[in-house]
Amino acid sequence: MSPRTPGADLPEHPDFLWRNPEPKRSYDVVIVGGGGHGLATAHYLAKNHGITNVAVVEKGWLAGGNMARNTTIIRSNYLWDESSAIYEQALKLWEGLEEDLGYPILFSQRGVLNLAHTLQDVRDSVRRVEANKLNGVDAEWLEPDEVRKVCPIVNTSADIRYRVLGATYQPRAGIAKHDYVAWGFARRASEAGIDLIQDCEVTGFATDGNRVTGVRTTRGDIAAGTVALCAAGHTSVLTDMLGIRVPVQSHPLQALVSELLEPVHPTVVMSNAVHVYVSQAHKGELVMGAGVDSYNGYGQRGAFHIIERQMAAAVELFPVFARAHLLRTWAGIVDTSPDASPIVGRTPYDNVYLNCGWGTGGFKATPGIGWALAHTIAHDEPHPNVAPFALDRFVSGALVDEHGAAAVAH
Amino acid sequence: MQLIECPWCGPREEVEFSYGGQAHVPYPDTPGELTDEEWARYVFFRDNTRGRFAERWHHSAGCRRWFNAIRDTATYRFERVYRLDEPRPVTP
Repeated sequence: MSPRTPGADLPEHPDFLWRNPEPKRSYDVVIVGGGGHGLATAHYLAKNHGITNVAVVEKGWLAGGNMARNTTIIRSNYLWDESSAIYEQALKLWEGLEEDLGYPILFSQRGVLNLAHTLQDVRDSVRRVEANKLNGVDAEWLEPDEVRKVCPIVNTSADIRYRVLGATYQPRAGIAKHDYVAWGFARRASEAGIDLIQDCEVTGFATDGNRVTGVRTTRGDIAAGTVALCAAGHTSVLTDMLGIRVPVQSHPLQALVSELLEPVHPTVVMSNAVHVYVSQAHKGELVMGAGVDSYNGYGQRGAFHIIERQMAAAVELFPVFARAHLLRTWAGIVDTSPDASPIVGRTPYDNVYLNCGWGTGGFKATPGIGWALAHTIAHDEPHPNVAPFALDRFVSGALVDEHGAAAVAH
Repeated sequence: MQLIECPWCGPREEVEFSYGGQAHVPYPDTPGELTDEEWARYVFFRDNTRGRFAERWHHSAGCRRWFNAIRDTATYRFERVYRLDEPRPVTP
C-alpha cells in the first residue's frame, strides 16, 4: 500500500466567507469593534443606505468577544415603550434574518419563560406582560401548572428554596447560533465591499476641534469621515482616549455548557432571583448563564464561586440536571449602565457615534441596533429607536430603567 | 479561590468580601450649588479603568469593615490594600 499524503482525503477548504483586506488609508465610516453590533451596522449601512466605503476594525478576530461568549437568548419582553420599540424591531428582523443574509443562523423560536419566585416578582411580571401586550409584544402570564406544561423539567413543587410562583412567557422568543449570525453579517458586508480588518487594535484618535479625523491602529493610521464605537465591554478604553465620560462599568459575565445530552429542555428558562438562565443548544449541550461578577474586570474570566452558585440554582430548579457534567466555563466583559439600558447616539464629537451599555443583553438586539445605528450614521441623526437612549439622559433624568426585564443580576 | 487581604483580618477568601466600586469619590462640598450636569457626574459617572484601579471593598462576612484597594482590573491582582483613613498609596 503506497503512503498517502496526509490530509489528501479531507474535503476541499470551504469558500472563505469574507475577504481579509489590508486597511486602506481612508474610509467614509470606520466602525470600531467587529462583533455582532459592528458587523450588523456594516451590513445595514450597505444594504439600506448604499454606504460601502466602510471599515470594521477589530482588535482580535471577528466576533471573538461577547459575540462568541453570550448565551444566544433572543426576546423582546422589556417593560418600557422605548425598550419594546428597539427590541421588538430586532425580533422582527431576526424572524427574517436567515433570508436576508442568505445564511443559516439556526434561529429557533422556542419561547422564553421568565420565572417569578416572590410575590413582588409576580406583580412585576404581570405588569410587564400587560405592558408588552400594549406594545404589541406577545406575552402571557403562566401559573405554575402552565409553566410545567411548557417546560416539564422545571421544579414547580413546593419543596424548593425559591418556589416557582409563575412565569412570563414570550412564545416568539428563542435562540440562534451566535457564530453563524456573525458570519452571515460578515459575509454580506464583505460582499458589499466593506473591509473587515482583524488584528487591528485602535490605539488612539486623531482629532481636529470637535471632529475626529481618523483612528490610530496597530495597522497604521486610518482616516475616517464618521466613527462608530461598537466595543461593548471595552468601550471605556476608547472613550478614555477621546476624553469622553460614559457611565458604564465593565464586569465579567460568566456562562458555561454541559456535555452533549439528548433533548430534554424544550424552551428557554430565565430566573433573575436565583441567577441562572438555561437553554439547550441544537447540538445538545445545556447552555447556562450566571449573574455578573461583582467587581469591575476586563479579564474575560470570573470567579469560580459564581459558577458554583449558578450550578446550585440550576440543579434546584432542574433536578434532572444533577447528573450532567460541566464541560467548560468562560466569561465575556459586559458594559453595564446605571439603568440597565443601552447608551446610543451622539457624543461631544460631531462625527463620533456611541453604541454601548448593552450590558448583559446585547446579542438579542444585534439586527435592531445594526439597523438603527446604520440609519443614525447615514442620516447624521439618531434613529427614533435609539433617540431615547442618548448619553444626555443621565443629566436630564429620563432614565429607562430595565433592571427588572434585563433578567440578569447586575 | 482568590485570597483578599483585609487590613484588619489578614488574607481571607474572596467570598467573604463584597465590592463597593470606585474609591475616593467624595460627596460634593456644596450640594446646593450643583448643576444637573454636576449631579449626574456625581451620581452616575465612575471611572471604568482597565488596569490599576482604586476601589472600595467590604469584609461583609468577616469584620464588616470597609477598606480600599488598588487592584488591577485586567489581571484581578490586588496590589495594595489600605484603610479608609490612609491616603491613596503611590503605586509604581
